[in-house]
Amino acid sequence: MKTVIAVLGATCLSLAAQVASAADKPTDPQIAHIAYSAGVIDVEAAKLALSKTQNPAVKAFAESMQKDHTTVNEMALKLAKKLNVTPENNTTSQALTDAADEKRAELAKLDGVTFDKAYIASEIAYHKQVNDALATLLIPSAENGDLKRLLETGLKLFQGHQQHAEHVAADLK
Amino acid sequence: MTALLNRRQLLAAGATLLAGNSPTRAHDGTVHVVIEKLAFLPADIEVKAGQIIEWTNKDAFAHTATVKSSWEVLIPPKEVATHVAAAGDSVDYYCRFHPNMKGKITVLV
Repeated sequence: MKTVIAVLGATCLSLAAQVASAADKPTDPQIAHIAYSAGVIDVEAAKLALSKTQNPAVKAFAESMQKDHTTVNEMALKLAKKLNVTPENNTTSQALTDAADEKRAELAKLDGVTFDKAYIASEIAYHKQVNDALATLLIPSAENGDLKRLLETGLKLFQGHQQHAEHVAADLK
Repeated sequence: MTALLNRRQLLAAGATLLAGNSPTRAHDGTVHVVIEKLAFLPADIEVKAGQIIEWTNKDAFAHTATVKSSWEVLIPPKEVATHVAAAGDSVDYYCRFHPNMKGKITVLV
């Protein structure tokens, strides 16, 4: 858990470092790839949760994550097609995916209330990290207005997810 | 033909009379709230008890109008959902799926 948070933290720091240098800021195709990867990661986490949890509130949360992130990613693909942009893989997307794979393997070993608590705690940390990256790096770096607006809607949506997870966590205690 | 028209006119007149004289009306108008880009618009509404509150969800995401420990209305993507305001419905509500979406209902007396 600590390792994963450290890895995520390091990713965040490296994102912030990139902001400092305007020349290194991510391009629109890279931003699209990062946002899309972040959505896929959360859908995978939701699928794992739905295969494990018996808790109605955790199930409702995971179902909402699966639906919302799938919908946003469909919107992102539609926009990429409209703008004739091909999302471009990059080190940030890869770091996010690697950290998520490690986290999912860790969660897969847990069951019952232990799983529920670890999954929801991970969702809070994950949404917080993605929201920070959206607010400080991805949205300010986006050149295209349509992409920027979609990211802004995404930020509002994911801030909602973070609060939803915090409500579920409070009820699990 | 003339008889048919007369019959229609009679029916129409009858319907108008019934509507106008209805002694107990289920509601007294509808108050509309639009949901767009994860916000209730307007966020604050004033209603009379018995009025219908109608939420139109323009988002591609499912939302709810939830009053903690009380009622909840599910508002699926691109759909409309309603709640009949009760006398005790001066409440704060939120979306259970996205609690950063907040609204307020005030029942006028």
